[in-house]
Amino acid sequence: MVEHGDIRVVHCGGSKINFRDPVITHDSRFLLCASGEAVKVFSTSTEECIHELRGHTGLVTGVLLRPSNHLQVYSSSLDGTLRLWDFTDGILIKTCVIGYPIYSFYASDKHENVIFIVASMPKRFQLVAVHLPQSGDQMVEAQELSAVLSGVNPNPAAIAFGRGGEFIASVNDLQLEVYFFKKQKSYRFFLKEDNKKGGWNTFTCVACHPKDDCIATGHEDGKIRLWRNFNHKKEYTYSTLHWHHSTVSSLCFTPEGTNLLSGGVESVLVQWRYNQESERDFLPRLGGAITHITVSPDGSLFCTSHSDNKITIIQSCVKVSAVIQGLVKGDSIRTDLMMDPRSKALVLNGKPGHLQFYSLQRDKLLYNLDIVQQEYIHESGLQQFEVVKAAFDASGSWLATVEERHQKAAELELNLKLWAFDEQTQSFVLNTTISAPHDAQITAMCFCQPTDSQTTLLVSTSKDGHFKAWQLAAPAHTEGPSWLCDFVSAYHGLVPECCSFSADGSLLAVVFQEVVTVWSPSTWELLTTLSQPPGAVSDLCFGRLSCSKYLLGTTASNLLCWNLLTCSLEWTTSMDVRRLVADPLSENMAAFCYQSGSTDLFVFKPSEPRPLFSHKAVCSGKVTQAVFAPREEMLESCEESSQWLNRSQLYFLTQQMDLMTFTTKAEEDRLLASSKQLVIDDSVAMTPFYLLLGKHRQQQQEHQDSDSSLWAERTALPQTSASMKELLQTPAHVLPSTSYLCSMFVQSLLISVSDARSAHAEEEMESEKEEEDSEEEMESSRSKPELAAAAATESDTPALTKAQARELRRVRKLDHSWLAGLLDS
Amino acid sequence: MASFKPTKIQVYPKLGEKVTQDTLYWKNYKAPVQIKEFGAVTSIDFSPVTPHNFAVTAFTRIHIYGPFSQEPVKSFTRFKDTAYCGRFRSDGQLLVAGCEDSVVRLFDVSGKVALRLFKGHTKAVHLTDFTSDRYQILTGSDDYTCRLWDIPNATELTTYTEHTDYIRCGVTSKLNRDLFITGSYDHTVKLFDARVEKSVITMDHGQPVESVLLYPSEGLLVSAGGRHVKVWDLLKGGQPLVSLKNHHKTVTSLALSSNGQRLLSASLDRHVKVYNTTNYKVVHNFDYAASILSLGLAPDDASIVVGMTNSILSIKHRKNQEDSKEIAGQQRRRPSYRVFVKGKNYVPKQDDYLVSKPVKEHLAKYDKQLQRFNVSKALDTALGTYIRFRKPEITVAVIKELDRRGTLKNALAGRDERGLSQLLNFIIGNLVDARFTPVLVTAAEMILDIYQSVIGQSPVVDRQLLRLQDLVKREIEFQKDLLEVLGMLDTMFASSLPRKESASASAPTVDPFPTCSLNTDS
Repeated sequence: MVEHGDIRVVHCGGSKINFRDPVITHDSRFLLCASGEAVKVFSTSTEECIHELRGHTGLVTGVLLRPSNHLQVYSSSLDGTLRLWDFTDGILIKTCVIGYPIYSFYASDKHENVIFIVASMPKRFQLVAVHLPQSGDQMVEAQELSAVLSGVNPNPAAIAFGRGGEFIASVNDLQLEVYFFKKQKSYRFFLKEDNKKGGWNTFTCVACHPKDDCIATGHEDGKIRLWRNFNHKKEYTYSTLHWHHSTVSSLCFTPEGTNLLSGGVESVLVQWRYNQESERDFLPRLGGAITHITVSPDGSLFCTSHSDNKITIIQSCVKVSAVIQGLVKGDSIRTDLMMDPRSKALVLNGKPGHLQFYSLQRDKLLYNLDIVQQEYIHESGLQQFEVVKAAFDASGSWLATVEERHQKAAELELNLKLWAFDEQTQSFVLNTTISAPHDAQITAMCFCQPTDSQTTLLVSTSKDGHFKAWQLAAPAHTEGPSWLCDFVSAYHGLVPECCSFSADGSLLAVVFQEVVTVWSPSTWELLTTLSQPPGAVSDLCFGRLSCSKYLLGTTASNLLCWNLLTCSLEWTTSMDVRRLVADPLSENMAAFCYQSGSTDLFVFKPSEPRPLFSHKAVCSGKVTQAVFAPREEMLESCEESSQWLNRSQLYFLTQQMDLMTFTTKAEEDRLLASSKQLVIDDSVAMTPFYLLLGKHRQQQQEHQDSDSSLWAERTALPQTSASMKELLQTPAHVLPSTSYLCSMFVQSLLISVSDARSAHAEEEMESEKEEEDSEEEMESSRSKPELAAAAATESDTPALTKAQARELRRVRKLDHSWLAGLLDS
Repeated sequence: MASFKPTKIQVYPKLGEKVTQDTLYWKNYKAPVQIKEFGAVTSIDFSPVTPHNFAVTAFTRIHIYGPFSQEPVKSFTRFKDTAYCGRFRSDGQLLVAGCEDSVVRLFDVSGKVALRLFKGHTKAVHLTDFTSDRYQILTGSDDYTCRLWDIPNATELTTYTEHTDYIRCGVTSKLNRDLFITGSYDHTVKLFDARVEKSVITMDHGQPVESVLLYPSEGLLVSAGGRHVKVWDLLKGGQPLVSLKNHHKTVTSLALSSNGQRLLSASLDRHVKVYNTTNYKVVHNFDYAASILSLGLAPDDASIVVGMTNSILSIKHRKNQEDSKEIAGQQRRRPSYRVFVKGKNYVPKQDDYLVSKPVKEHLAKYDKQLQRFNVSKALDTALGTYIRFRKPEITVAVIKELDRRGTLKNALAGRDERGLSQLLNFIIGNLVDARFTPVLVTAAEMILDIYQSVIGQSPVVDRQLLRLQDLVKREIEFQKDLLEVLGMLDTMFASSLPRKESASASAPTVDPFPTCSLNTDS
């Protein structure tokens, strides 16, 4: 078994974007947020990611606009560096090495060149002021460190600057500490551990009013306290606001200080009027629990991060204007990884009660499908409906989902839902709900595979010992077709664990612990039983294409392969296979084996004794979910070791819920090349549409330039230029109207002086009036064209008359104004 | 920002028969008109010509009724004894009837006195009919013979003595003047051809034949006798096609709906069943008060006439299309067209700027209260009189939703005597409904937990708790019985099924009765 160096395991699916609070730039056009080891720059209007600021080698723990230059941004990371970026161009300006892992950092206007960081000194966390060295170097090391507060909370929400940096407020546990920089003095206020009503007084977050001496603190019991007069040890006061029923996770004042925003587990954004706290506005049902709230510097945009890896951009507390949604990684993925055959999207558990469709090609979340269709109650300790199983049929026109809710000891609520794909809305529409399809939990579910057969069949196996076949019944008298139970069976009272259809749908294999039973779905006859004790079979796979005579099963210690023609065991090998997946487009199978703390991957054909590919220690921990995703276009790799990646790509989910995949070197190079192509210098969001139009705009400019210089310099004809070609190849629907382009196009084809002139003359007549309007302007700019004209006459055409020269001048003037108009538009 | 998702009201499968096109068609009859006759009504025959009067033979009389009158338009009373089988000729002018005194009488429909008397049978004549050439009469009698008579000179033409028991039914071919079919108590149905003077086909029905019927195409023959209705293919020499056994008493009469698509059979078990003639499945069923002896169906199914042993004649007329429409129109009271359509039919012009107004979602009252977390109020709303009685599934859905939200206890607590007794009433009324049991058991347990301390303070509530206890006890007994029956059935199935050594692909043994485990310690 050779390690293959050219196939690498890479992360995909992006990182958490809700880890730290996002930052909105001064012009409200961009949103910056920490995401894994990079900072992502999103456009607030189009939700597209524009840049990724890459360079940190550790988790990025904070993003902050530079107070003295609002076009630059600081980022901090656990790798112990602060980096300064120009986010419009995505350029790293400076790196400052601190030396300690930074957990959060702060800056304010009043403290120039000082950054306050929270770092883990020995024993406890400390707030440290760092004086940034003033040098022009790319890489500097910060030497001047001075501790401000010790024993602070590493959570960035626990520290805030007040009144533009006059004081700093820090909360930790049951203590509020306010430090005044001028007086160099700190005041501490304590709350009792537990008050009468059984609430929890622990501080969770703090925010300071930008103008007033007022500190707002959030608490675990849902209360918000507004502290005033805190520059006296004894005479401080506070008032309490209570709306949230559980922990307040984020507080934020608007820039003018008129409103206070708060959010928590309830996923309701509450806007309190400052000084009129009885008046409040609500924005409910934003999604997952709110983790961070930020306001743009002009106060026009609010932005909330949610626990379901989502950032919502809200226009001044009335309307959600944009949603940036990352891949939702819940605590556990109960459904397997699946591919939607239609959209080629990866499907898995998303938000509670939803399935998410994640496009792997675009690395973007497509949509969430609401499976449970019930109001989600944000309350801890409440048993919610969970989507536990899902399956697609081969054509992607049917989706089956199972949701369950474990209430108390015995009661189990179970729903089997079948969704039909609706061509018109391009989404799944609920067709049938079967409540309590089985008496106990459903262990596996699969659709009959063949695409050509008219009847779709769904088989579900359950812990109650039965497996059931469901079939689409003929249209009833009043409603459309719906699903009905077609067949129920059991085998010696054993619990069926998994089921699988053969590729042509003629066989159904159901595993009853140690026994694999093979059924014929057309007659529901038990054809044969296969068994290889000891150990219950946990995973089952039919071979495909030329290997369709093989049936593979895994037990805790063995990988087994049966030959279905002879009904005997073909081969067996001893390995602890946790997950066995079959490539739908080839004979290949991938087995993830767990061995001494890490997972190995073997790719093999059931008919061949040697594995095609093996990779030791793919990741640490177990891999229980994996899927082969068919590629859009086939790769043409001839190397034996990477041939298995030609048709489909293998994705898997590690124990830490990271989505990983395998890529080859060649593929990476190709991707890199294409990404370089996409780099554009404008700051507008980079959409495919923009790419086309932007290019076109440049072409137009080039046209103009070439046009204006054409007759003067008598250069070669531009008819074979690349820009022309591109113009002609661009799809018609993204081009400006033909009438608009035509004149330019005609111009570009003209050759001689006289021709060009006559063409321009026409235009001149049309825009005579315009010219008159801008008479003065012409006067002022006369000197320049004269010069140019003089140069022109000198070089080629000394025979020009004076009248002609004036006309020329006019033409050129015209041309330029037109161009300017174009540019402005 | 997603919108509030309303409480999901579970749709339960409708119990009882499904509504099909057939049930709609056969239910579209008015309330029956009941007429008391002098004795058991043994025969009903519709006149083939408009206005489709029908002759009803009961005891010693034959009454002729018009299509709409409830009084006979004509009656023939000159029988010495019980009359049988009054039948119209194909032109509707003549009527023939047999009699207990063995004399067959021929009447002019407009006259009173018999035109001809056919004497020759020795026993009661139960079968009379005209042949298709209209000049001959077929009779069948309890003396085991059937005869053909010439009408003009009232003479007997032929006698067939092949049957060995009473001849009680028969029919002549409408297409061929020489063919006729008789059914007898000797279990046989015989097809005779007058040209060869003996039976051509003999079919064994298996039971005494009470009625025979020919399809309009005359390719198929239907015979009824005992509990069976059998269909025979005459073109294949009398091969049996289908045997239907849907009645549990003797089938006495048969009829075909006018388009030949449906077959009706009437029986002593008081039912009339309607079969689809393509697959011979029962598509509808009528119930009557007494055993049915005769059945008649007017052309175009305009009326169904049934004669019973308790001498009642029941006539059901078909509802008019206009009538049914009118009633439907009255029931639906809509705002006047002008109000309803105001502004809705405005088509925007090309340059108009459309301001799209967000569609306001309608939420039910309990949903609005749930949205505001007013759990007690939501439960109160769901327990309102209309919802509680007419749509208990809504109440149950709200209780379920509250349970899901973990606030059911709060919603149930803090009720006064009236509120509590209302709640208990609902639970007592619906607890044993299998659809609602799982949800209501939880609620009932919670109520008992919450109100344990106040038991004994209100006689009303105490009485209801006792009722609940009683109900649960009875239900448990009932479930036990059912489980016993299920066990018995299982043993029977197990012993009757052939043993298969490998698999036990048995019929689904899903327990349809969720056991209800509720301990009432009140």
